[in-house]
Amino acid sequence: MSKLTIPVRKFDAVIVGAGGSGLRAAIQLSEAGLKTAVLSKVFPTRSHTVAAQGGVSASLGNSEEDHWHWHMYDTVKGSDWLGDQDAIEYMCRMAPEVVVELEHFGMPFDRTDEGKIYQRPFGGHMSNFGEKPVRRACAAADRTGHAMLHALYQRNVRANTQFFVEWMALDLIRDDSGQVLGVIALEMETGEVVAFHAKATVFATGGAGRIFYSSTNAFINTGDGLGMAARAGIALEDMEFWQFHPTGVAGAGVLITEGVRGEGGILRNASNERFMERYAPNAKDLASRDVVSRAMVTEINEGRGCGPNKDFVLLDITHLDPATIMKRLPGIREISIQFAGIDPIKAPIPVVPTCHYQMGGVPTNYKGQVVGDDGTPVSGFYAAGEVACASVHGANRLGTNSLLDLLVFGKSSGDSVIDDLKSGAIGLKELPSGYADRTLARLHRLNTQTGGSNVSETRLELQRTMQKHCGVFRFKDMLAEGVAKILDIEKAVARTEIKDKSQVWNTARVEALELDNLIEVAKATMVSAEARKESRGAHVRDDAPDTPANPNGRDDVNWHKHTLWHRDGNRLSYKPVIMKPLSVESIALKTRSY
Amino acid sequence: MEDREKLNRLRWRCTRRAMLEMDLLLGEFLDRVFPSLSPAQADAFVMLADLEDLELWPLINGSRECTDPIQAEVVALLRNVRVK
Ligand SMILES: Cc1cc2nc3c(=O)[nH]c(=O)nc-3n(C[C@H](O)[C@H](O)[C@H](O)COP(=O)(O)OP(=O)(O)OC[C@H]3O[C@@H](n4cnc5c(N)ncnc54)[C@H](O)[C@@H]3O)c2cc1C
Repeated sequence: MSKLTIPVRKFDAVIVGAGGSGLRAAIQLSEAGLKTAVLSKVFPTRSHTVAAQGGVSASLGNSEEDHWHWHMYDTVKGSDWLGDQDAIEYMCRMAPEVVVELEHFGMPFDRTDEGKIYQRPFGGHMSNFGEKPVRRACAAADRTGHAMLHALYQRNVRANTQFFVEWMALDLIRDDSGQVLGVIALEMETGEVVAFHAKATVFATGGAGRIFYSSTNAFINTGDGLGMAARAGIALEDMEFWQFHPTGVAGAGVLITEGVRGEGGILRNASNERFMERYAPNAKDLASRDVVSRAMVTEINEGRGCGPNKDFVLLDITHLDPATIMKRLPGIREISIQFAGIDPIKAPIPVVPTCHYQMGGVPTNYKGQVVGDDGTPVSGFYAAGEVACASVHGANRLGTNSLLDLLVFGKSSGDSVIDDLKSGAIGLKELPSGYADRTLARLHRLNTQTGGSNVSETRLELQRTMQKHCGVFRFKDMLAEGVAKILDIEKAVARTEIKDKSQVWNTARVEALELDNLIEVAKATMVSAEARKESRGAHVRDDAPDTPANPNGRDDVNWHKHTLWHRDGNRLSYKPVIMKPLSVESIALKTRSY
Repeated sequence: MEDREKLNRLRWRCTRRAMLEMDLLLGEFLDRVFPSLSPAQADAFVMLADLEDLELWPLINGSRECTDPIQAEVVALLRNVRVK
């Protein structure tokens, strides 16, 4: 093959992603005087971080006594002991500092009467090592993520960060020694393919929730960072762990808040039965997220689902006074009408457990350096935010801990770049010959494919397969079948065909390239989930039930370890969970119960 | 820019947004309603699509009023979109 050349731009650092984590990393780098490029598929303040409403956690202790060590305990327990305790200690200790810093960047947090940051309670956050709920979440009304992005963006503008908006990174550049030297990216407006050659590359591409049919994630979450890393030979960690929310609108995925059940909403099956009475006689519809989700799936799997395909259940608030609905649950009526075609005052809302958050990702240490299988850093490569697995969320994330993750590891990855440059561990190496060949071949294949598969049909099949075979409640045979199906779908992805061959604003091409990433994430998820023969956190298997020997189905003897999925050979390996924190005593394994 | 290019750019900006709600609504609108808008309405839609989600969503769910009459027409049409 002829050696085609592409334009090259040189930077000290290139960051892929302009959500909370990418913007936080960029501040660190630009303010240190480094020439920093940030690439984003969309304008920075349109990143998915905007959707976060609940808040960001930090043990500020503004409303009552709190301590980072308690926060650390909650996070380890929430992770079902799969989180790495060094990273968790680091995150929880850093939380007050990064939140106060954000305040100084101009974040308009809600305040107490004395002018301190106001804090409210949030699920799983407790005082005194799990004793009682504590006020730890800091918020800016119901627009925390939005306000956070704006504060971080403004700070970057001041620091002269260079933004490349509506650019899609396609692949990592790595040399023979394994060092990462930047990315190859596509400018949508021109169709031009350019190399961003850098001393350091930071991935902050967010999650991949669009691998599931029902997802609360915006369309942008196609796991591009995971696809790029996997194609470059980086293993993906703990990809079987995905957090689901019990009530997404069936089909659309749009989230219906827990508050609806709090106000008296009832879940019903096809025979109008209030089925939660059978699964959780006391808490009923207000049982915890995982219990409710599993009950819903059991109803559907046993043929008691609703609708022509018996594939959803109903969330009923028709018995509530319409005035209460309008007053206490504003917005829910509009959401139901627009996204389910149902007025909830008159009829129940169709809902299903819906994918919400990705716990796994590109393996990093607490410094935000990407690490290889043996824990040593991959030279020149860093990651933070939902794309990364530090691992602080382990098998299950606590609410408000991910916005914290963005701030802490966005900052630490930036600091690591600065340190590694200073120590001489990284520097600008020459681009290896043929570094763009694989990417250009991929684009060429897509441009010339005939008689191939349709992109949106293939994506839909992938999403339905993940939902059915690897959803919130997992079954041995379904998982095994799922692996075979996903490998079949991979063949279709390799043959996608687009009719539009133009250069400028070819969105069909971009969607096909996104699908190339979705399939890598889907394979990693399905294969990792099939192999893990226990239940832990968000990974719940029917054949690993709650027994006295293995409470909640968790099997520490055989499965207290991180999964690593390798694209090459579609193979798995495992690595130990880091149980040793940085300064305090290890939090020993215990049954997770609330 | 050609019409195809303009439309594709608009499609990207309608379907790669911060909130899933907006991806769904604007994408559906673009397919089903946009082709029949008057030129003035089409311009108004392009301006609305340029808003951030937390500016646009309150207009659609009625918690904020639109001041521009043509934008208000388009918002009313957006409000009628049903995503199934
Ligand atoms: C509905 C909802 C509510 C939530 N609420 C909360 C909450 O209250 N508290 C909390 O802590 N967490 C919450 N979360 C989770 C949290 O919002 C996310 O985990 C977090 O915002 C992810 O941030 P990020 O910086 O990793 O990525 P994102 O904000 O998703 O940004 C990713 C960036 O990468 C860019 N990108 C991706 N691929 C490419 C590519 N190939 N080329 C160039 N650029 C690319 C995108 O353009 C974007 O700029 C919520 C999530 C959802 C879905």
